[in-house]
Amino acid sequence: MYTRSLLGFAVTLTLALSARVAFAQTPNLGKPISPADIAAWDINVLPDGSGLPPGSGTPADGARIYAAKCSACHGPEGKGGVNGRLVGGDPIKIIDAEKTIANFWPFATTLFDYIRRAMPWPKPRSLTNEEVYALTAYILSLNKLIGENDAMNAQTLPKVRMPNQDGFIVRFPDRTP
Amino acid sequence: MTMTPSDRAERELKNLEAVAGNGLLHRRAFLRGGAALAGAMTGYTLVPSASGQQLADDAWSLVPGVTVPDYGTRSRFEKNVVRTLSNPKGEPRTQHARTPHHLLNGTFTPNGLHFVISHAGDPDIDPDKHRLVIHGLVKQPLVFTLDALARYPMVSRMAFVECGGNSAPLFSLEPIQASVQALHGLVSCAEWTGVPLSTLLDEAGIDPKAKWIVVEGGDPPHVSRSVPLAKAMDDAMIALYQNGERIMPGNGYPMRLLLPGWEGNMNTKWVRRIQLTEGPGMTFYEARTYAPVLPGGKAYRFYFIQEVKSFITHPSPGLALKGPGFYEISGIAYSGTGRIAKVMVSADGGKSWAQAALQQPVLNKAFTRFRVPWRWDGGPAVLQSRAWDEAGYEQPTRAQLVAARGETTRVPAVTGFPSQHYNAVTSWSIERGGEVKHVYA
Repeated sequence: MYTRSLLGFAVTLTLALSARVAFAQTPNLGKPISPADIAAWDINVLPDGSGLPPGSGTPADGARIYAAKCSACHGPEGKGGVNGRLVGGDPIKIIDAEKTIANFWPFATTLFDYIRRAMPWPKPRSLTNEEVYALTAYILSLNKLIGENDAMNAQTLPKVRMPNQDGFIVRFPDRTP
Repeated sequence: MTMTPSDRAERELKNLEAVAGNGLLHRRAFLRGGAALAGAMTGYTLVPSASGQQLADDAWSLVPGVTVPDYGTRSRFEKNVVRTLSNPKGEPRTQHARTPHHLLNGTFTPNGLHFVISHAGDPDIDPDKHRLVIHGLVKQPLVFTLDALARYPMVSRMAFVECGGNSAPLFSLEPIQASVQALHGLVSCAEWTGVPLSTLLDEAGIDPKAKWIVVEGGDPPHVSRSVPLAKAMDDAMIALYQNGERIMPGNGYPMRLLLPGWEGNMNTKWVRRIQLTEGPGMTFYEARTYAPVLPGGKAYRFYFIQEVKSFITHPSPGLALKGPGFYEISGIAYSGTGRIAKVMVSADGGKSWAQAALQQPVLNKAFTRFRVPWRWDGGPAVLQSRAWDEAGYEQPTRAQLVAARGETTRVPAVTGFPSQHYNAVTSWSIERGGEVKHVYA
């Protein structure tokens, strides 16, 4: 169904490179900034665990925080409410299946990253790192992906194996480094 | 016997050869047919008629008009040309505003009608306090103000931006009856002006280990996506202007990442931070949301490119035909892999095809308007368009797409996203009364 024009790609690349040569002298109007000054925004967590902060949290800690700050939208014990459920999910067989943490998410680190940057929806960035670890542990424990007493921290979280980790095919392997 | 202009038009119409079934005419029929034909095709009668109304000066031409406003808006008679909203009362969830393609023409989208998806509303950003940080695998992390970026050499380009979930209702196992706005309204096209991202990354000094950038917005969910560094160095832009004015709040004010031809969600709005990394972040939106499930249960990862696509906007559901006669079929074609090379149009459900005229200029990764003259005989017809791009990609038929990507097991909500990246052919059925319906053909 699809073919690829190598010639077109080469022409585009050549044009892009020559355009860059023309701008070799650039304004340099960015100001140097230190890691300490970036720290409050430096919240990316990658699958290998890089970016995870110090701290730790257990499912039991998470359950208390969840009841206070999350259950209004996601329902008691992650069973779903105004917004999606956080627990359960049948294996995916159809294209319009419900994607859940247990049946779809490939990396546990995404859970920490997303909670910390976006949740709770009405008050993002209001949770401490300890609270984010605890909520991550609670949700993973509800899904029986970790034990109910397992603490999550920078060492343990990247090691959690998600059931659907190998369920993906890279769409454009020729364009993805 | 003297020939009247209408006699001449009728004769030229009869002589016109249909180039495909159900009355599709040659794309240059207007030019070949001359003025009389053009008159007939636009629907005006040339026969002197007793029913013609005697003209008189209109009320608005007899008194001074309204004072010119400091920021212009369209005529009050156009107030129905609006986006449709998924959360009109600001319900606390992701909001969608869809572009009314059936009420627009040409190739770019007016700023107030550009589609928007906001995951927690549009942030009210003070441009003087906004910052863009570049850090990670660079020699020197840098922070830029809007004032600083405004002093850089800029580039302008037309580019479409399309949500990865645009057209998702067409994955439905049965055709959903909805307007082109509801079905295809999450794509728009604008002229974007800003600073090439490669300039800023070069200034920070790229570590040879860096292969990706992880980009984050200053919106409440701090939406983040990973982008291959190769794309960032190719044609990515930190855009500051949209159709000549500062970017609209819903489209990323005061700055957004523009990745021409790539999935809308990756074109980070309100961009505030770019981290260079060895690997992708596997953020929520790439690990979970924009990973369409395939038949059998595996899912695509990194479906970055918005592939070649077209759809007919005129006529389309809601724009009924007013009796047999001449109409212009027109629509939009675009591709994330280059310029549109060709658009074919069918009026008989794909049995025969006519080549459409492409409105010039045809621009890379931007909307191209296509047009075909058509004489509707009043009978059933099924209109389709199919596009090809300069890189050699062709828009799939729906059967081809469903064979590769599947369809739903039940009819989804028209605002739902059962899957993403639907770029197959759309079919409109013309009913006997002129009503237009969405069908699979």
